[in-house]
Amino acid sequence: MPSELNLNADSDASPDRFRKIGRDPKRAERIARKSLSAWQDIRYRLFANKLALFGMYLMVAVVLFAIFAPLFSHYNYFSNDLDRTNQAPGFRHWFGTDDLGRDMYVRTWKGAQISLFVGVVAALIDLAIGIVYGGIMGYFGGKTDEIMNRIAEVLYAIPYLLVVILLLVVMPPSLTTIIVAMSITGWINMAWIVRGQIMQLKNEEYALASRALGAGPFRILFRHLIPNAMGPILVTLTLTVPGAMFTEAFLSFLGLGVQSPIASWGTMINDGVKAMTVYPWRLLFPALLLSLTMFAFNVFGDGLRDAFDPKLKK
Amino acid sequence: MSEPLIEVGGLRKFFHVGRNRVLKAVQDISFTIAKGETLGLVGESGCGKSTAGRTMIRLYEPTAGSVAFDGTDVTKLPKSKFKAYRRKMQMIFQDPYASLNPRLTVLDIVGEALDIHGLAGSRAERKRRVERLLEAVGLNAEHASRYPHEFSGGQRQRIGITRALAVEPAFVVCDEPISALDVSIQAQIVNLLIELQKKMGLTYLFVAHDLSMVKYMSDRVAVMYLGKIVELARSEDLYADPRHPYTQALLSAIPVPDPDLEARKERMILKGELPSPIHPPSGCPFRTRCPAATVRCSEEEPVLREVRPGHRASCHYA
Amino acid sequence: MKTLLDVKDLSVSFGVYGGEVQAVRGISFAVTEGEAVAIVGESGSGKSVTAQAIMRLLAVPPGKIRGGSITFAGQDLLALPEKEMQKVRGRQIGMIFQDPMTSLNPTMTVGAQIMEGLVRHRRMSRAAAKKRAIELLATVGIPHAESRISQYPHHFSGGMRQRAMIAIALACSPALLIADEPTTALDVTIQAQILRLMKELQRQTRSSIILITHDLGIVADLCDRVIVMYAGQIVETGTKREIFRNPQHPYTKGLLRSLPRLNQAKDEPLVPIYGTPPDLIMPPPGCPFCSRCEEAMQICETDVPAFTRLSETQSVRCWLQHPQARPEECGGKGASA
Repeated sequence: MPSELNLNADSDASPDRFRKIGRDPKRAERIARKSLSAWQDIRYRLFANKLALFGMYLMVAVVLFAIFAPLFSHYNYFSNDLDRTNQAPGFRHWFGTDDLGRDMYVRTWKGAQISLFVGVVAALIDLAIGIVYGGIMGYFGGKTDEIMNRIAEVLYAIPYLLVVILLLVVMPPSLTTIIVAMSITGWINMAWIVRGQIMQLKNEEYALASRALGAGPFRILFRHLIPNAMGPILVTLTLTVPGAMFTEAFLSFLGLGVQSPIASWGTMINDGVKAMTVYPWRLLFPALLLSLTMFAFNVFGDGLRDAFDPKLKK
Repeated sequence: MSEPLIEVGGLRKFFHVGRNRVLKAVQDISFTIAKGETLGLVGESGCGKSTAGRTMIRLYEPTAGSVAFDGTDVTKLPKSKFKAYRRKMQMIFQDPYASLNPRLTVLDIVGEALDIHGLAGSRAERKRRVERLLEAVGLNAEHASRYPHEFSGGQRQRIGITRALAVEPAFVVCDEPISALDVSIQAQIVNLLIELQKKMGLTYLFVAHDLSMVKYMSDRVAVMYLGKIVELARSEDLYADPRHPYTQALLSAIPVPDPDLEARKERMILKGELPSPIHPPSGCPFRTRCPAATVRCSEEEPVLREVRPGHRASCHYA
Repeated sequence: MKTLLDVKDLSVSFGVYGGEVQAVRGISFAVTEGEAVAIVGESGSGKSVTAQAIMRLLAVPPGKIRGGSITFAGQDLLALPEKEMQKVRGRQIGMIFQDPMTSLNPTMTVGAQIMEGLVRHRRMSRAAAKKRAIELLATVGIPHAESRISQYPHHFSGGMRQRAMIAIALACSPALLIADEPTTALDVTIQAQILRLMKELQRQTRSSIILITHDLGIVADLCDRVIVMYAGQIVETGTKREIFRNPQHPYTKGLLRSLPRLNQAKDEPLVPIYGTPPDLIMPPPGCPFCSRCEEAMQICETDVPAFTRLSETQSVRCWLQHPQARPEECGGKGASA
């Protein structure tokens, strides 16, 4: 049973304290909590995830090194030094040198620039095409969806290597070629993800409410639906980057990518594999960094997904 | 009664579900709503009442029938001409948690209404108008910069009302605006709706499943069952003398907040549940649950007929 | 009457960004054997959290039991290891959740879900469990129970799922049944069916019930005693007759006044409770209802009132009961119907 009130305990209270003040309409609607937007909430949850945070630091570190390491070294990525070929890592050349005596440390970070550039640009192109294409498919549905979906399926069915090889007939092997090759089919995955999200979200009441106000399809799509689908979109984006980097490495490995003396992680790994048994460091550093970067993007992407949808984690 | 603002004639909305299966959500409903009147539309979930409301303001394109606003049939208007009527016909949604975009501030949610119809000249004016609207529903101007999830259910619903009223409509479909709210908050919202109706001369279609609130809100009440109106009358008449057995059952099911009355009450409890609207029963749609059903009910579908002046019911035995 | 459940000074909080929400703030109540108690309050009042704390179903973290004790049939539930608690859940305390659409497992047949508890807790053979499951489904009013038992939840309508939920909760004949808003998601006609079913089952099984709801209307029929919660505290408790006939707390009065009566005239306005409950991340220093209370006094803003006992069964937590509060308001104080 609840504890009882001892009425006499307060009998010394001044009668003034029992003056009626009535309801306070201002305070009755007050919001005590400090304002927290949905984005801030996501950031809070993301930063609470240690592994995702680690991935993010790793990503930032790789990007900073890729930008600044080549600038602050007295070596460059293209000068040969035939007196010092295949040197093991040491004070002079931190990551050693390759068969032409080029500094591996600078080349590795130069390669990081190329790899990251390819990864990010390819992912952004996927994002742009995917959002527009997938958004239109998802929002309009029906015949529009069916036709656009068929086109996407046909493109998706073409073997990827075939596209690259055909492309190489008309374009020289270069970074641009690789990015174009990846973008021809890369956006389809993003488009399908956006389509699924939009189909789910378009029946939400806030989208209906906007329609009831007279909003047109593009306003509803880009102001209401896409921002709310941003969770899965960003996750897909962060997972596309390492995928694209890997593809670049693979194409370069086949000799279809950037041409010497420019190096990407892929071409360096390709060179390194040939000398793997004798000079393992030529393979080790680019391969290790590629793996680390892909790991960083993947854990960050996973953390992002959990931050956007905490229900998934439970 | 004054002249009708809304005239619904033979409105139909069918949905295609899968191959060759048609869900007849709304089947030939007709009624009018006078200027300044509130028409209650009640029924269980799945009876088509929300679809009817949404089709009336063309959130869904009607399969057949007409909806006239002030004499103009809006269902036949091309999109470009219809935009002016969008402003006049607004909607308040059921779920105050789902009807506000979580990524936008209240300022942008309400401001969007002004943007779409070009009602605010400058950003400063837009902000001022939103703040004034918020104050009209009992919220504070400072609330404009906050996000929906920071508000309680009742506050959110008031934001939804603000958004609908920002474009100065004449007719508002209230789609179960209180059913997701706590009882203590429901009365707040209902009183606010009534107050706004008086102040702005609004006409309401009040869709709900709670008959006690509908009776309080509405001048007339229409009861829907499986996509059809089964009874339509002035609210006092409907509650005092319900003619359709479904209406009687609905009224009887309302819990009474009084232990003595509740103990004495003979409750008419319906057997079973709503049949699938994809395969409705033959004859009278209600016959499968009706305690008074006869052979005639399975063979012949009753028509909605006048059982006394101003009171229509679709039952052979009404 | 023997006390079955005794909750003492229970406090529960949730860690959120920027602080801690004190969802339940020191509540004490008891449920005797065979009694039906209603806990009434609006969302955020802590009523569901209380139920989850009793069942030890709180997500920890962010949830955290800050203090108090929960004694059920002689054992301290808060001290029980999780393994032992699993034996209490389902076998001794059954629970019915609000949303029948999500509280059944969509990948298991309804029968398997009823049998699960019987096989695990009662060590029944599968055949015996199946027989019992069919009986249970029939008891809760599902026709063709023999064939229904092998169907999946999506074959069931909302009302039927809630019946199936009740069958699962009752499978092991628990001594206490906690129903958390069992009819909120249902239509009125279905709500009436479910309430009648619960009433009949209670009469038959004589198990205790805690009914958690925001709707005072459904309480009048089913329950013996009512506990009114507001902002994580109990503000009034009494028998249902006392609560409906002689409510003393302004919040309880407000709840009753904001329900429309069917015989209410159109020009007779509803009296709502204005405003919004306080955010329990920063509970107000005084009475939590103060900012929405028409009768609020200065002292209500600064000091939390304690309970005043009005009868054997009714207690209220309000400064208006204090002798120094305006005398005209206190004339009828303590007189229960």
